[in-house]
Amino acid sequence: MKQIVRVAAGQGFWGDDLDAPRRQAEGGEIDYLMLDYLAEVTMSILQKQKERDPAMGYARDFVDAIESVLSAITERGVRVIANAGGVNLPACAAAVLEMAKARGAAGKLKVGVVTGDDLLPRIDELISAGHELANMDTGEPLSKVRGDVIAANAYIGSEPIVEALARGASVVITGRSTDTALTMAPLRHEFGWAADDWDKLAAGIVAGHIIECGAQCSGGNCMYDWRNIPDLANVGYPIAEAAADGTFTITKHAGTGGRVSVPTVTEQLVYEMGDPTSYITPDVVADFTTIQLEQAGENRVRVHGIKGRPPTDKLKVSIAYRAGFKAVGTLVYVWPDAVDKARAAERILRERLDRLGLRFDHILAELVGHSSTHGPLAGAAGDVPEVQLRFGVRGPDRKAVERFTREIAPLVLNGPPSVTGFAGGRPKVEEIVAYWPALIDKTQVRTRVEIIA
Amino acid sequence: MKLRLLDVAHARSGDKGDTANVGVIALDPAWYPLLARELTAERVAHHFEGMITGPVERFELPNLRALNFLLHGALDGGGTISLKTDAQGKVFSTALLRMVLDVPDAEAKTLKLPGVRA
Repeated sequence: MKQIVRVAAGQGFWGDDLDAPRRQAEGGEIDYLMLDYLAEVTMSILQKQKERDPAMGYARDFVDAIESVLSAITERGVRVIANAGGVNLPACAAAVLEMAKARGAAGKLKVGVVTGDDLLPRIDELISAGHELANMDTGEPLSKVRGDVIAANAYIGSEPIVEALARGASVVITGRSTDTALTMAPLRHEFGWAADDWDKLAAGIVAGHIIECGAQCSGGNCMYDWRNIPDLANVGYPIAEAAADGTFTITKHAGTGGRVSVPTVTEQLVYEMGDPTSYITPDVVADFTTIQLEQAGENRVRVHGIKGRPPTDKLKVSIAYRAGFKAVGTLVYVWPDAVDKARAAERILRERLDRLGLRFDHILAELVGHSSTHGPLAGAAGDVPEVQLRFGVRGPDRKAVERFTREIAPLVLNGPPSVTGFAGGRPKVEEIVAYWPALIDKTQVRTRVEIIA
Repeated sequence: MKLRLLDVAHARSGDKGDTANVGVIALDPAWYPLLARELTAERVAHHFEGMITGPVERFELPNLRALNFLLHGALDGGGTISLKTDAQGKVFSTALLRMVLDVPDAEAKTLKLPGVRA
């Protein structure tokens, strides 16, 4: 058994720094490269892509990421774990293997494919069997929006990833696995942690939470002493160096920018946190109030003391449904009296929409540069040099939202003066794909692991 | 003396649906008890009056010298639905740090709070 297992994070979301995986693989010693591609609504975007083209539906960037670390996998034995498969895991695996073949590495990759998270084909069956899939926030049953559902995926845990690793996969691809399982699974695999070794599993989850957002724990988006965090242009992505006893150290490769310190790690720990005593995952419930951090050298934070307890008998399900349309338009009003001009333009626009008989579920006008993010807390603006009027509407009627998008530009000539910043053209109408979180009995979800070479 | 929360804490915020979370962390471990005493859920709810439509929940993390606040109904529906610039609650953190605390002078001196004259 290895004394220390190094799990390096190479992507914090779909759209993160494309070069980060390569830097993690080449910058020093690592055992696993963990790539997190999924945010709450990513699966629905992938589902839409698959509807347009049956060969799509996974994170295409992932194939490039694997290509950029191919020699690390085939020559140094680095193994990759990623929730990049989206709603089309076979296509994702095939694309990876095809790329490897083209690069002369045919037969050198073993791709482990974890399926079973996709509940979309089973929704009606589940509902008629009495599984309401009620919205966790509102309590409404899914039947209310059933016709608009476009994706439904259970968040799955570490079990099938551990199995894929045990069966020799060098690249493990999942659909909607939890972000944290991608880090915990290799530790469980390497150290042979039992499925009821709650404290160690919880430690693996905490390690996963710290590194799952990439550089956000190693100096990125860090408020503490931000001016003095060095070389963010070359920011080092995080690495969890874990031991069999469930303790670990967060660090980054030598010679990289950014910073790993108690404050940078603490900021990431509280990110998107709910009740800290109950961080619920499919494998374990981790208690974040037990985490102990200490600086253990430059850019090294030691993490220990973590307690866990048994999980619930449910899995969370991420459901995406079509929920109408929206559009947001902007104009910039300039000194003198920029705020008053922008407010006047807002009033005129509201009145025109009203006269046109356009009805929306919601209209929101913000003044960027004045109060768009801090609201009334921002206080009086004074006579600011410029302010951006940001005007948005949403509603069920696409035509009404489209009509709205034609009402912005005319204001430049027929509204209040000293206005600019409309060169981008008409605002785009966007279909809203909303998120419906629900729970399902664990017994209803069966995962499968397939190894493809 | 009066001082800004910004001078004694740092923070990060994020989202879960229509709820924003703000984790507030003491800049000096010795200042955590002050934050735990002053930053009640009621006080934070009052601070965000007009910006959120739901209640505020508070959780303590003394191990991290941090408090976690859940601001319900903060994001105009949240995520993809929201029309807000800050649809994911990324900068509610700094909005909370605008809060002004009133700390007894003697305590401010003992805790060596920023801006205290020796």
